[in-house]
Amino acid sequence: MNIYAIRAIYLFEMARTWRTLMESIASPILSTSLYFIVFGSAIGSRIADVDGVSYGAFIVPGLIMLSILTESISNAAFGIYMPKFSGTIYELLSAPVSALEAIIGYVGAAATKSIILGAIILVTARLFVDFSIEHPVWMVAFLILTSITFSLFGFIIGIWADSFQKLQIIPMMIVTPLTFLGGSFYSITMLPPFWQKVALFNPVVYLVSGFRWSFFGAADVNVAVSLGMTLLFMLACLTGIWWIFRTGYRIKA
Amino acid sequence: MNHALDNRQASPAGEMGDAVIRVSGLNKVYTSGLHALKDVDLEIRQGEIFALLGPNGAGKTTLISVICGIVNPSSGTVLASGHDVVRDYRITRSLIGLVPQELSTDAFESVWDTVTFSRGLFGKPRNPAYIEKILKDLSLWEKKDSRIMTLSGGMKRRVMIAKALSHEPRILFLDEPTAGVDVELRRDMWEMVRGLRASGVTIILTTHYIEEAEEMADRIGVIRKGELILVEEKAALMRKLGRKQMTLQLRSPLAALPPALAGFDLELSEGGTKLVYTFDGQRDETGIPELLRLLGEQGIDWKDLQTAQSSLEDIFVNLVRGRA
Repeated sequence: MNIYAIRAIYLFEMARTWRTLMESIASPILSTSLYFIVFGSAIGSRIADVDGVSYGAFIVPGLIMLSILTESISNAAFGIYMPKFSGTIYELLSAPVSALEAIIGYVGAAATKSIILGAIILVTARLFVDFSIEHPVWMVAFLILTSITFSLFGFIIGIWADSFQKLQIIPMMIVTPLTFLGGSFYSITMLPPFWQKVALFNPVVYLVSGFRWSFFGAADVNVAVSLGMTLLFMLACLTGIWWIFRTGYRIKA
Repeated sequence: MNHALDNRQASPAGEMGDAVIRVSGLNKVYTSGLHALKDVDLEIRQGEIFALLGPNGAGKTTLISVICGIVNPSSGTVLASGHDVVRDYRITRSLIGLVPQELSTDAFESVWDTVTFSRGLFGKPRNPAYIEKILKDLSLWEKKDSRIMTLSGGMKRRVMIAKALSHEPRILFLDEPTAGVDVELRRDMWEMVRGLRASGVTIILTTHYIEEAEEMADRIGVIRKGELILVEEKAALMRKLGRKQMTLQLRSPLAALPPALAGFDLELSEGGTKLVYTFDGQRDETGIPELLRLLGEQGIDWKDLQTAQSSLEDIFVNLVRGRA
């Protein structure tokens, strides 16, 4: 295992975060704070409790999940796309670095940023609404698992994308709608029966549900199923990345 | 865990002789159908400077890219210090440094950070003293904290060399290292390359500047349309293929060559005042005494005589045109 390479990639990527602190950290926190002000405090105060939880507190896990998903994808995709775009990928390809080591470096850094972001949003949320965390260990576990899984997904998008437009299209056109429709702002039990069944095809439902369970002990779907689906998606991403490195898809002639 | 990849890992005994790189039956066919390398066989010797010449699109960069692991070979094998570059990529890549043709650098990183990153990427522990030495050797020390985007093209080229040297490679590939750099920097780089060779580093360079190969290379390979058409010691190549010319400045212009001189490769120029004789400099019998005798017999007086050997550039042009 080339530990020095993993460390170099990880620190290189984290340095980009500190260099672009406004875009990396401040911007997502600002947008999430606006959600809390609008949906949590302004509109939320006029909405009834959901599953015995105030609406302002109810949306906290969903909003954290929304930020984590988009930031994990964005960070990991950008991290591997930029060397492709600038041509510096030659260095990674000619270095004694295995696919696993490259992934640990890039995905590890992207996931770290997301986890830091999630923690900051959590603290920020506490300034707006009152809530407690029923299963803190599981909350951290879901946070880490989701960050890693969607950073892996972002890594795939970064490899696949051959333009900045493509880099944005999946997060914008697929991930954000799935997150909004995945119960970030409501419980899927509030949907008509038919749409409840349709919602179960949305993987984000399981992430939000599991994460919300760790906060309030109540979930739309069984927490074991949530965990299983998240792990399944992670496995799918890992398989995709393994195939990319095996074939050299879009990174190696 | 093996935290550091050791460059000193020995080659399998007896397999390579003095060859540090051995390319055998190498083919590369891109998905576009382009057959970029055709059955290339090549040995690079330990500690030499090998210049790979060829016109644009000949396959130089593809060959380097396969050896460095950037491009997958279609068939054939490449050994570096006796290790297969595909199977034993960790060992071979830790031995090799690459300066690519394109100026591909990070924009926002500092010089120090990007060179330090490269060292780590190639499996080496931090060594600020070594990075400092490289940057000083390449006249980059004053710019160590500068963002790369603020540097000139020549400075960026130096940064790329610093990155390639950061992990102390034993084999260095320089793909068009002096493309677009000024004369002073080119001379500096030549000095640096000679210094590296003196420290035991094997250097393979591709170049469009024939004078660069002529100045530095020990051996020269010429690649054309994916085929390695010649590998030769530079001096031997120039001896073997170098055509010599003798130019006579005539006292009176000649309207035409006398029939008695028909057996010689002669050409009249500058209004018949200059007579150019081209001959094979490798042969003992150059024909010069016979020619001078015949000129005397024909009453053709001359006042000055010069001889010149064809340059490597002339040889290269002849080779790639298929005339040599």
